[in-house]
Amino acid sequence: MKKLLMGAAALAMSATFASAEVKVGMITTLSGGGAGLGIDVRDGFMLAIAQSGRDDIEVIIEDDQRKPDIAVQLSDKLIQSERVDVMTGIIWSNLAMAVVPAAVNQNVFYLSPNAGPSALAGPGCHKNYFNVAWQNDNLHEAAGAYANSAGYGNSFILAPNYPAGKDALTGYKRFFEGDLAGEIYTKLGQTDYAAEIAQIRASGADSVFFFLPGGMGISFLKQYADSGVDLPLVGPAFSFDQGILQAVGDAAMGVVNTSQWSKDIDNPTNAAFVESFQAEYGRLPSLYASQGFDTANLLISALEKADPSDADAFRAALKAAEFDSTRGDFAFGDNHHPIQDIYAREVIKEGDVFTNKIIGVALENHADAYAAECKM
Amino acid sequence: MISERMLNLTVIGGLLAVALAALVLDQPFTITLATRVAILSLAAVGLNIALGLGGLVSFGHAAFFGIGGYAMGILAYHAQTYTPLDLGLFTVAGTKSMPVIWLVAMVLSALAALLIGLLALRTSGVYFIMITLAFAQMFYYFTLSWSAYGGEDGLSIYIRNGFPGLNTLVPIQFFGICFVILCAALYLFHRLEHAPFGLALGSARQAPMRVETVGLSPMRLRLVAFVLSGAITGLAGALFADLNRFVSPTMFSWHMSGELIVLIILGGVARLIGPVIGAVLFVVLEHYLGGMTEFWKIWLGVILLLIVLFARGGVAGLLSPRKVGHD
Amino acid sequence: MSFILIVEQVLNGLQFGVMLFLMAAGLTLIFGVMGLINLAHGSLYMVGAFAAAAVAGWTGSFLLALLAALMAAALAGAIIEMVVIRRLYATDHLDQVLATFALILVFSEGTRWVFGSFPLFLDIPDYLSGPVTLPGGIQYPLYRLTLIVVGLLVGLGLWALIERTRLGIQIRAGENDREMIAALGVDISKLYTLVFALGAALAGLAGALVGAIQSVQVGMGEPVLILAFVVIVIGGIGSIKGAFIGALLVGLTDTLGGIFLPELFKLVMSPAAATSFGSSLASIGIYLLMAAVLIWRPTGLFGARA
Repeated sequence: MKKLLMGAAALAMSATFASAEVKVGMITTLSGGGAGLGIDVRDGFMLAIAQSGRDDIEVIIEDDQRKPDIAVQLSDKLIQSERVDVMTGIIWSNLAMAVVPAAVNQNVFYLSPNAGPSALAGPGCHKNYFNVAWQNDNLHEAAGAYANSAGYGNSFILAPNYPAGKDALTGYKRFFEGDLAGEIYTKLGQTDYAAEIAQIRASGADSVFFFLPGGMGISFLKQYADSGVDLPLVGPAFSFDQGILQAVGDAAMGVVNTSQWSKDIDNPTNAAFVESFQAEYGRLPSLYASQGFDTANLLISALEKADPSDADAFRAALKAAEFDSTRGDFAFGDNHHPIQDIYAREVIKEGDVFTNKIIGVALENHADAYAAECKM
Repeated sequence: MISERMLNLTVIGGLLAVALAALVLDQPFTITLATRVAILSLAAVGLNIALGLGGLVSFGHAAFFGIGGYAMGILAYHAQTYTPLDLGLFTVAGTKSMPVIWLVAMVLSALAALLIGLLALRTSGVYFIMITLAFAQMFYYFTLSWSAYGGEDGLSIYIRNGFPGLNTLVPIQFFGICFVILCAALYLFHRLEHAPFGLALGSARQAPMRVETVGLSPMRLRLVAFVLSGAITGLAGALFADLNRFVSPTMFSWHMSGELIVLIILGGVARLIGPVIGAVLFVVLEHYLGGMTEFWKIWLGVILLLIVLFARGGVAGLLSPRKVGHD
Repeated sequence: MSFILIVEQVLNGLQFGVMLFLMAAGLTLIFGVMGLINLAHGSLYMVGAFAAAAVAGWTGSFLLALLAALMAAALAGAIIEMVVIRRLYATDHLDQVLATFALILVFSEGTRWVFGSFPLFLDIPDYLSGPVTLPGGIQYPLYRLTLIVVGLLVGLGLWALIERTRLGIQIRAGENDREMIAALGVDISKLYTLVFALGAALAGLAGALVGAIQSVQVGMGEPVLILAFVVIVIGGIGSIKGAFIGALLVGLTDTLGGIFLPELFKLVMSPAAATSFGSSLASIGIYLLMAAVLIWRPTGLFGARA
């Protein structure tokens, strides 16, 4: 497992012998097929820590290999033997469900930079759990709202047959006002969508909504573009992210996707983030990198007001969310999930690089649907 | 070179000593790691009955490991949510009691082993490897989409299940439970190896015709070994789920089956202590190799290759060679 | 459910089956001749796809990319045969499983080390993109039709190679009696390297062809590998004909099951329950097929050796 004593903290130690005052444990995916997402979150997070110039934050980074049992083991290690104050980093909902409930019950703060399963937003919410990215349904709800505004009346919707996939279709249906021409669940990890595309062709739909993260989305988009079906596609940002967009290529051009972040959101924090990320790592930042960056800045803003050992004060400081987000306005709802704008973006080409451009706001100051069920 | 008996005692004693030392030094995570070693060892001891004694290369033992895990997960989930478990004809209440969960885990994995064994044991060699693999995959895909119990998200059990008279949330006490079960399984393996059944099973592996001529059915011997093997691995699965307080389809994944085989070969096939040595090495490698490089799995692969190619008989074979080869 | 849709789905199943055949043919050939079970076959599929993506990105030519995939996979196959696999022929299946499992780790993480953690881009060439209209008004992607044709041609070529050439005679002899062909003066270790490289090249070709319509990423070979195992268990291990029939059966079952099972259950259930139950059942359909075949014939449809 990976262990890095990174950045400012390590430098400062040799000079002043000041031991780190705040310990942050990051469990994320750094090896195997899903490593790209974890690496982006880590790089975004560490960039913000380095830029803060604080030498009293020690970040311990561990690789969960995308395996829930490894993640649980690492969380035990971070809590029991490293005695961390704050944890973060998990990418996948299933890993978050394995780690987060136990961690927050042991009085550790958890800041989620990516996963937002509904169980942790509703009845299972916790005072020490803060989600800095989105509730899982959010981007899908925005896709439904966008479909209404674009005048679609008959959507074909598909997602993998697993909990996040069901949340996705539920989220879309929650906001979409038209009819459904078809609704299918594909196999998780499926790479061939010829059969589904044939069904889309035969369905008489006027639009297609899909949630197929990672390699599944790449496969679907390439095959869809080649099939001759030309119904408009709508999807959440995960299949159109900076990290994988180059692998999709022309097949993604012009597709509308929904995201709470985009590299062209016009505010000084975001501009500085995009520029410094590119300078530091030599690539454009992704959605995940922005979430890692925001998570670290939220943490730093709270540390400036209170120490994690004073749990109530620290919690209040987190809840206030007084930091400059790359997304512009950012606030927490009562269930500690974001209230934020969600944009509709379109895939464009800048020179040789595929990227996204904002075309409008799909949902303004959007909160999640589970907040009312949270009794904190 | 040390005697096999010494080696066995050293390894088992060493595992216990590490856990106790960690208790004194207040290193709870080391106890957790030792518990993980004990549970993985138990699973591999189970597999070793089929693989080492019976010569049945099962590449699907994750099926039993996962069934044990889900037996724990489902029973504890119903107990935790106070909902009865509907079995169609009748309903039963969930439970948080470890002994009951273990019994259910063992019975269910034994049943699964019986069904899979009846089909798979009609074949041998590479067919057997692939068929066991395919059956485990079937469970994997099924649980992945089984939304009633979390699908890919799996099931979280917020409080570890209980054992009468103990507080299982204290790491050393849970380690104690796992350690005692491991010792019992090792004792069982030792007795089996030398009992008439074990000898007949060994002969069925080396000379099936001879076994048949004395009136025994090699198929039946193998089936019994496979069922026993599945039940022990299932028990390990239930403990593993309790260690993590979580079950998910990854317990069924073919990587899990592969890792169990790796443990046995690392340690030494058909050696009593082989799985334990393998589990210690694997957990240590996983834990410390990872600290050195992001691409640590390349080196794990290289180490495994070197052991297969140049250290036949595994680490137990290096430390305490047997005079006559076991195959 | 219209007739056109059914035809289209059958074509999809065929195309999937034909690509599985390229994987399964190599696996079954290697097992038939050398008695070796190779888990790292999926890694060679991945090597092919990555080589193709790299060369396509560099030259822009799809044909060169395919050639690169063939050569890279064959080369990787030959190297691992000479360095590792060769030492495993005399050992039992257990050591082979472990050693090739270790090779997967080395290949997967090694590829990530060289190419990074993000998927690569590989696309269909312009002259093969877009749909064509088949008789009966069926619109079908040209590239997928090409895959079916290429797969069938490779199958035909393989058959000719084995039945009609000197190498084929040696391969068939090797399957029947290993000692005998060594005694007849055939350089057995060269033959083994050649067969292994051939199997690897087929896997690499499949990886590149499929990579153009899927995602080229680390670990892409593992699901295909397991399906290829199911294929050769159904077809009978060591039989090319069995691999072909098995691949088509698996391809059709997997594709059609996912579509028709939910529809079928809608006749007796609510649509939501039917969709959920049908998809779950479809995801294990090929394993049920395998179990059924094994109950009927324990060594597969065309398997001789057990």
